[in-house]
Amino acid sequence: MKDIFNKYEKKDENILGLLEDIQTEFNYLSEENIRKVAEAFGVPLSRIFGISTFYKSFSLTPKGKHIIWVCSGTACHVRGAPKISDRLTQLLGIEPGGTTPDNQFTLETVNCLGACALGPLVVIDGKYHGKMSVDKIEKLLQDYK
Amino acid sequence: MHKINIDGQTVEVEPHRQSSTEKTILEVAKSAGIYIPTLCYHPALEPYGACRLCLVEITKPEWKEWSKLVVSCAYHVENNLIVKTSSEKVIKARKFILELLLARVPESDVIQKLANQYGITKTRFSSSLNPEPPTLNCILCGLCVRVCDEIIGENAICFAYRGANREVMAPFNKPSEVCLTCGACAFVCPMGAIKIEDIVDIRKISISKTEASLVRCKNCGVTFTALPVSEKVKKKFQTLQELLELCQKCRRKKTIEKLSYGPMAIRNI
Amino acid sequence: MNNTKKLASISEFENLANRCISAKSKDIAVISVCCGTGCTASGALDVLARLREEIEKRKLDTTTDTLFTGCHGFCERGPLVVIRNLKGNKNIFYQQVKPEDVAEIISETVLTGKIIGRLLYIDPTTKNKIISEEELPFYKNQKRLLFGSNGKIDPTSIEYYIAIGGYSALGKVLTSMTPQRVIEEIKKSGLRGRGGAGFPTGRKWESCRKAVGDSPNSGTLHTTGYVICNADEGDPGAFMDRSLLEGNPHSVLEGMIIGAYTIGVKLGYIYVRNEYPLAVKHFSIALQQAREHGLLGENILGTDLSFDIKINRGAGAFVCGESSALRASIEGRVGEPSVKYIHATEKGLYNMPTVLNNVKTWASVPLIINNGADWFSSIGTEKSKGTMIFSLVGKINNTGLVEVPMGITLREMIYNIGGGIPGGKKFKAVQTGGPSGGCIPEKLLDLPVDYEALTQAGSMMGSGGMIVMDEDTCMVEVARYFLAFTQDESCGKCTPCREGTKHMLKILTNITKGKGREGDIELLEEIGNMVKDTALCALGNSAPNPALTTIKYFRDEYESHINQKKCPAKVCKSLIKYSVITDKCNGCHLCFVKCPEKAITGTAKKPHIIIREKCVKCGICFDVCKQDAIKIE
Repeated sequence: MKDIFNKYEKKDENILGLLEDIQTEFNYLSEENIRKVAEAFGVPLSRIFGISTFYKSFSLTPKGKHIIWVCSGTACHVRGAPKISDRLTQLLGIEPGGTTPDNQFTLETVNCLGACALGPLVVIDGKYHGKMSVDKIEKLLQDYK
Repeated sequence: MHKINIDGQTVEVEPHRQSSTEKTILEVAKSAGIYIPTLCYHPALEPYGACRLCLVEITKPEWKEWSKLVVSCAYHVENNLIVKTSSEKVIKARKFILELLLARVPESDVIQKLANQYGITKTRFSSSLNPEPPTLNCILCGLCVRVCDEIIGENAICFAYRGANREVMAPFNKPSEVCLTCGACAFVCPMGAIKIEDIVDIRKISISKTEASLVRCKNCGVTFTALPVSEKVKKKFQTLQELLELCQKCRRKKTIEKLSYGPMAIRNI
Repeated sequence: MNNTKKLASISEFENLANRCISAKSKDIAVISVCCGTGCTASGALDVLARLREEIEKRKLDTTTDTLFTGCHGFCERGPLVVIRNLKGNKNIFYQQVKPEDVAEIISETVLTGKIIGRLLYIDPTTKNKIISEEELPFYKNQKRLLFGSNGKIDPTSIEYYIAIGGYSALGKVLTSMTPQRVIEEIKKSGLRGRGGAGFPTGRKWESCRKAVGDSPNSGTLHTTGYVICNADEGDPGAFMDRSLLEGNPHSVLEGMIIGAYTIGVKLGYIYVRNEYPLAVKHFSIALQQAREHGLLGENILGTDLSFDIKINRGAGAFVCGESSALRASIEGRVGEPSVKYIHATEKGLYNMPTVLNNVKTWASVPLIINNGADWFSSIGTEKSKGTMIFSLVGKINNTGLVEVPMGITLREMIYNIGGGIPGGKKFKAVQTGGPSGGCIPEKLLDLPVDYEALTQAGSMMGSGGMIVMDEDTCMVEVARYFLAFTQDESCGKCTPCREGTKHMLKILTNITKGKGREGDIELLEEIGNMVKDTALCALGNSAPNPALTTIKYFRDEYESHINQKKCPAKVCKSLIKYSVITDKCNGCHLCFVKCPEKAITGTAKKPHIIIREKCVKCGICFDVCKQDAIKIE
């Protein structure tokens, strides 16, 4: 944790970068860490809190063990991404943005990932699964259960 | 001198060296006695441009027939600027904004009154889309957040989330640790949406969920301010300690007393 | 090549350039593997690793080399492998290459010159197999000035960029052009901002230079202003900025250094979406290598020019592509656009003169300096000069990145380059300009692609996203999709955007659910036009565009949804029903097995039935039925 903090010079323009590193490391921004950042940069707590809730990259609650992204870019949308998202909601019992009660899965619809030729695209734990379909998604999910 | 034409009236304005420090259309209009409605504007704070109610139509001779809508609170005047504060385009825009606000805060008499001025008594837009209002009648004008930032300097409250989910709150939606309960936010709120409650010895501010003890006047015993405010002001004005422990009425009496002791006494106030 | 000595003069640079050129023109075969994000996701790195293994195993390293490259643009056909300089062939273009194909590529093609037919691209109309890259219809009709080098250089190694002439424009500027001269050249070229608005770049630089004044650019790094690269490419379906940063980061960097010299500033930023980690990585490497060579930092190439760049990542906010929101984000604040009417060239980042330009705009600068303004302005139309990179995606055969001269028609792009609509389906519309743009119907397909023509049609050039839609796309749903996007991304500051788009979205959603009412279309138009006129920033000003253009050109679809409660494209779930065509059903029971809702009944070999009340219209039965026996109406 100290390493992450020390990586950045304490100038305001590094606030976002530091928060991103903390998010990546801990899977979310805890209240404690948000306070630490405010203190380290000498800025009001409300400012860091505002930033943490404004940007989609940040989560104030821990994310699941496996993070599922359904690309909601236009190309994927046109190729049927909403159906896949709906199917995942059915299978996992959570809406996009949510995490399953057992903390195993977080489902998110994300903005275009720029791999449009592979649409509809589902990314699980950073691994790309292209040309996904409603039929194939259940099987794919099984691999992570 | 800059010559500005507002609603047919020519107004002369002293030019500034930089375009960014020139007077705004709103300021010039005010000095010419022309009324433009505003909600998120306050003369003591930086213009914000969020409510869009103060939109006016501007054009310049070189633009020929072309014109555009700008917010008068933030647009700095230029020489030969032509402004229309109540053209058809402007009125249409204002009505639209008011109709949207009426849908957002249907119970607000401030908005109802403003809307009535423009002939709007009801809205075609659904009010059911509003999330459970954490602060009833809030139109997200930001005056509370801005005054706490720019003037009070405590930044106790801020905007959280974004878009349709935007809200004003203290960090983590928990009671603020830095709110002075000075009430500046309640004072500037155009909607009366922020509540200050003084109950016996406690002051509560709704928006920051903060409670503070009230301070009693050393002389007459009436509660006159909140403890955090008193402490901050006393720290800043060390030499006025004695006076700051009195309520406004007693303070005035004391000051007059001291003044009546003659010119030399003034130095010791 | 290991050269970490900082170049202290232009002549030292020229010596290095000559060394790089000779190093990279060795007479050996080069197998370049596209490792852009798309191809990497399909296994390109494995292909590259296997190639290297195989070459080592067979001791071919003196005659054959591999090259890790960025995106080649023909994403539909990845992973791509292009073999150059093999005796007897111009080049060989292999597509959809798998690691298992590598052994054969080496033993057959590299060693004996035999072409592997099954890895070649087959022209869908002539049915001919095409061997070399230039002959592919996809590439033949493009003019790949900015993008063409992607397939020929390793983006993580500056020597490749220098070998193809990189940084010679910078050298030319530093030795023979005053800042005023550069401004004149950029103005003369007619270059317009490639991020969306299309503002003349030369004029922007000129205003900023004026604001910066003539203060000398001394050795220390306190700055008089800033240059910023906007790499927050947020339009869904657009990924050209990413591919340019991944595949040729130095082209952008060189442009920014020239910009800094011209405008007279010492610090620059690049603001990149954090969803682009490879772009961030490659640009970081480029910065580091440029610094090592004295092309960035203090006293560049031994001149008075000192300039450096910092990378700032975005954090998931589309609105941060708007210039004042982007600056707020760099300054460590919430990405809220500001209401200030003062231009950024006067008071921008940290209230200092700032030039903000898009990735493609910066990359165009070295080209213009090297080849001249006249050359650049000879390409394109009267008011839109040069080339533009588009991401051609959606219902199109050849999905990928396409660079064409301005003025080419939409029809040429979609059919000659894009290869038309897959499955023989009918073209319906093409969406340009992302969520700020509009949908263009078939009758306007002969429109030239340039700033003015697209704007006049109700759309806009935007950052170059081009999403093709066919008869199976519901235009009302498309409008709803884009509005849901802008609503989600709205910062929420101003009343019209926050509240207005919320109500528009509600009306559109109702229409797609069969709850549309008489007057809804007119109301959408009214709200849309008002939001356009009254919103604070470009996000709000343009959010209604998709809805307004679809109403303009596809009003009948709206009316069908509202009056007949029918979705002509059979997309809106509440307005369609799935049923089995009894004569076609052979009772194979497959749909029964696959249906997640157990909404299909039937016994083996007998026609099956879908239970309406249980059917959630997921479409699985339609996808799996081999008899085409599922009907959607």
